Amino acid sequence: MFWDEKMETLRGKDLEALQLKRLKWTLAQAMKVPFYRGLFREAGIRPADVKAVDDVEKLPFTRKKDLREGYPFGFLAVPRQKVVRIHTTSGTTGKPTVVGYTKRDLAHWADLIARNLTMVGLREGDVFQNAVNYGLFTGGLGFHYGGELMGLTVIPAGTGNTKRQIEMINDFGVDAIHCTPSYAMHIAEVAEEIGATMPTLTTGLFGAEPWSESMRTELERKLDLSAFDSYGLSEMYGPGVAFECPEKDGLHIWHDCYLVEIIDPETGETLGAGERGEMVITPLVKEAMPLVRYRTGDMTMLREDGCACGRGQKISRILGRADDMLVIRGINVFPSQIEHVLLGLPEVGDHFMVYVDRVNYLDELTIEVEMKRETFSGELSDLARIQKRVTAALRDVLGIRTAVKLVEPGLLPRFEGKAKRVVDRRGGLF
Amino acid sequence: MDTEDYVIRQISVFSENRPGRLAAMAKALEEEKVNILAFSIAEAGEFGVVRALVDQPEKAYKKLSSLGFVVSFTEVIGVRMRDEPGGLYEVARILGEAKINIEYSYAYSGKEMAVLILRVDNTREAIKQIRAHGGEMARIPSR
Repeated sequence: MFWDEKMETLRGKDLEALQLKRLKWTLAQAMKVPFYRGLFREAGIRPADVKAVDDVEKLPFTRKKDLREGYPFGFLAVPRQKVVRIHTTSGTTGKPTVVGYTKRDLAHWADLIARNLTMVGLREGDVFQNAVNYGLFTGGLGFHYGGELMGLTVIPAGTGNTKRQIEMINDFGVDAIHCTPSYAMHIAEVAEEIGATMPTLTTGLFGAEPWSESMRTELERKLDLSAFDSYGLSEMYGPGVAFECPEKDGLHIWHDCYLVEIIDPETGETLGAGERGEMVITPLVKEAMPLVRYRTGDMTMLREDGCACGRGQKISRILGRADDMLVIRGINVFPSQIEHVLLGLPEVGDHFMVYVDRVNYLDELTIEVEMKRETFSGELSDLARIQKRVTAALRDVLGIRTAVKLVEPGLLPRFEGKAKRVVDRRGGLF
Repeated sequence: MDTEDYVIRQISVFSENRPGRLAAMAKALEEEKVNILAFSIAEAGEFGVVRALVDQPEKAYKKLSSLGFVVSFTEVIGVRMRDEPGGLYEVARILGEAKINIEYSYAYSGKEMAVLILRVDNTREAIKQIRAHGGEMARIPSR
């Protein structure tokens, strides 16, 4: 089922013509922003030099740092009065980033969300619980209006009060839920504790943080639903940029609205399909805040293989943000890889924390993972065996030695929004 | 007396090595009026297992589980020891000759006797051998 079959399956020359037309419009829009006029002048390039879609590679990058420096309204290409909504990103480091939307932007955004919801099999009249933070975080209102647009019964549940969330799922006969994968795991845990099942729930849309295939297996088993990966970022409206179809083999990035490239994060060089690197996106329909070659920081790769569903360009599931990547004794480690290993081991629980320390000039990675009640035999030797097995499994995947600590179940933090499982306690280099 | 009568259910509790965990456990048992007859801590770095013989194992198990502790039962045996030189040798010799391996052990000295608590790789065979060779099994008073 399609929401907009023509756009979703557009290919070849028709797609390229549309992308080029929209790219030119975006560049014209960007020229209304002083930052871009300066950037293009410095790079010695004019929008008129872009004569084909591939010419995008000649354009300079936009970085998150640039957006921060433009705080609050430096990146608006329309008068502030035409901006009907503002979101900001979390701003964990320094100033937050402001994202503005015109009426047209909001309509485009809702339309993309409606495509995603239809793609995963939801139909008009289905009940949809939106269990993410409403407010400045884009996940709440983004899914909300997209859901309403396609005619879902939307419950703006927000986060927290997990027992009540479970009650609502059952009382309202909820078909689909949207939340972070960590919160979904927490809901599953609480449901188990109070002995509740959620038989109406068939579909889970999980995003806002990278999550692994083992996490999918766990969530699908525990919640008895089909789990889909949702990708987006506030700078590109929010969620809805790319989404899994029922094939669950990569995410379709909406080719009529986003031009995607993969680059080597070190050199900036464009990489080919199948090569992992940083995703760079040029939005094609953003009116209030056009962006040119925005460096997302997200690590993925382009997929060349087609899809049985008939839709276009796919990217691989996100391994992590370049910012989340830990460099441990020179080896790159993504928290999602650790999650994948731990969730694949039946002996330990689903919750973990990662600590990075520097001991005698060496990076040390410590992983705390919860014990599972059922696997505790009472014998110290069995605990030591589990610890060894976890350490070995992590070494196989990460290629480094880690210190694994087994902790009591229920002691590690649970997350309602984006999970913060990594604590880097290394100071500066000295 | 049957062999089964001498099988003792030890409570084993998983515990992280951090201050206050033992106190929390002991307090919970006190609240339930469960008496701890013998106990030991085995640790491997960051975590350990607290092992205890109590007079009401079921009650202890329920209480500790309800508080979130990870608990399981482990079968051990108790052997009476003469409280004099050679007491331990007698017991260890019987098991050694019967090729029964001792995984761990701890002792308690009760009002009338000293008892060696043993976790062995073959609980029932150990009971038979000790009894056949003149050893005296201890029964732990349990309610």
